[in-house]
Amino acid sequence: MDIHSFLIQLLNGLQYGLLLFLVASGLTLIFGIMGIINLAHGSFYMIGAYMAFSLSALTGSLLTAIVVGIVLSVALGVVLEWALFSHLYKRDHLEQVLLTYGLILVFEELRSLIVGNDVHGVAVPAIFNWSIPLTATLSYPVYRLFMSAVCIVLAVLLYLLISKTRIGMMIRAGASNREMVASLGLNINLVYRLVFALGVALAAFAGMLAAPVSSVYPGMGTSVLIICFVVVVIGGIGSVWGALVASLLIGLADTFGKVLLPEAAGVTVYLLMAAILLWRPEGLFRRV
Amino acid sequence: MMQTWSRPVKTRIVLVAVLALLAFFPFAGATFYTELVTKVMILAIFALSLDLLVGYTGLVSFGHAAYYGIGAYVLGLLTPKYEAANLWLTLPAAIALAGLAAFAVGIFVVRVKGIYFIMVTLAFAQMFYFLFHDTRLGRGSDGISMNFKPVATIGGVTPFDLGNATHVYFFVFAVLVLVFLFLRTLLRSPFGRALQGIRSNEHRMRSLGFPVYRYKLASFTIAGALAGLAGYLSALQFGFVNPELLSWHQSGNVLLMLILGGQGSLYGAAVGAFAFVALEEVYSSITTHWQLLLGATIIALVIFLPGGLASVAGRFKRELIG
Repeated sequence: MDIHSFLIQLLNGLQYGLLLFLVASGLTLIFGIMGIINLAHGSFYMIGAYMAFSLSALTGSLLTAIVVGIVLSVALGVVLEWALFSHLYKRDHLEQVLLTYGLILVFEELRSLIVGNDVHGVAVPAIFNWSIPLTATLSYPVYRLFMSAVCIVLAVLLYLLISKTRIGMMIRAGASNREMVASLGLNINLVYRLVFALGVALAAFAGMLAAPVSSVYPGMGTSVLIICFVVVVIGGIGSVWGALVASLLIGLADTFGKVLLPEAAGVTVYLLMAAILLWRPEGLFRRV
Repeated sequence: MMQTWSRPVKTRIVLVAVLALLAFFPFAGATFYTELVTKVMILAIFALSLDLLVGYTGLVSFGHAAYYGIGAYVLGLLTPKYEAANLWLTLPAAIALAGLAAFAVGIFVVRVKGIYFIMVTLAFAQMFYFLFHDTRLGRGSDGISMNFKPVATIGGVTPFDLGNATHVYFFVFAVLVLVFLFLRTLLRSPFGRALQGIRSNEHRMRSLGFPVYRYKLASFTIAGALAGLAGYLSALQFGFVNPELLSWHQSGNVLLMLILGGQGSLYGAAVGAFAFVALEEVYSSITTHWQLLLGATIIALVIFLPGGLASVAGRFKRELIG
């Protein structure tokens, strides 16, 4: 592999990892703070991608679609938390798994009813639709760089939100002791609702951002969900920092695995997970 | 005084009635129903194997379909193109290989608990899914169609014909009864008591000196082997295998069966398999988008009936007995 194709694979791996981080950070936050395992988290990614497809067809602009899509996904998160997830806080993991499994079935069938089962493409916005030439034959698409940049900005914002703001303080307090926070007079239910909506919006946004690159297809939510489980297991449940490191690790392992060991491509990330489990069953980073 | 002996007797009467009904069923019903009940009994074996993990060891596996699928693929891969495979060779091979796969995965997964366990079992199951879906081993997403059903020839004698739906029914029925008795014996043994001890208080079992890791690994392996048995029977009944047998939908559905019937009671697993197939049949006769109805049912079940259908039955029984 020469230096240019190595660079391209490196950028692809990082971009994939950063995208995974957007989905996995919500998953790990919802578990770490609310104690809920959410199988339907991948569906939010799928819903985001389909919103990007339908709304950009409707409005003619992906950027407008993303803005509308974020508003809709926050609303979806608030409604779901209010109607369903708020019942789950005191239930065991088995019931959480079942309810969120039921939600996946509902979301997938609704998707099939509304949009159908075809694969769709979403156009890259015109301003990003060009490439940076590296050699005479190789070039790198600017949209992928834009995706990575947006993901990095969001990761920094998430860090600032959790560690520097008053809301973040309430979130961290809620993660360590729900009853204590409630007895101090803070509205813990509101905090939970916010965290859940944030998680939904992050996953849906990741789907919208990825739509032009990965195209939009049934089952996209599940594959992302399972990879994100691997990320959360490697990074340590509840740790946002761990999710970032693990996402990048998985992004790179998957991308280079496909290039170097194409026969074992589907299996590379799981082998990585197995190795980490032997070495550190609790994941790389314990909860922050 | 009445209550101390009336429950086991009642249970036994119901059990005998159900067994008698199952034994005579193929002579009364049409072939369609014989095959449907065969499918239910295969799923009941699958659900029983998961109950050992979820209901008795306290390990919620969301990747149990992997071992079911491996058992099925063993028959698919061992069936030659132009002749039939032998039941008595391929069946033990399916059980052994599914058990071996569960053992290998178990080494990693029983090290972790709770929510981690759910995610890691799902991830490993997905790894097996990709193994059969993407590599030449499983011949891709179409899977393998078997041209011949296995033969049950042993020592020159063929006691039954697996091409005959009624014979398959009785073979599966016998296997179900054997698996049920095996699990009941296992759970009443010191080993089974220890598993239930781990389920209710792992720390105490560890401080009592029980090698908890090994017990859990043994339970995971046995459950995997029995799931492989169920998968083998499914491949035998339908004559083809594809990667969907290992999909996480399958793992979700078998968990649903346990919840429908009530975990931690062997009868419950069997009742749950029946309830699941009944739901599936009714909903799919209403609409092709029946999974929407199934999903909504699951959500309503969790929200309104914490504890599953079994809790309703329990409440009903308590009110009757007083």
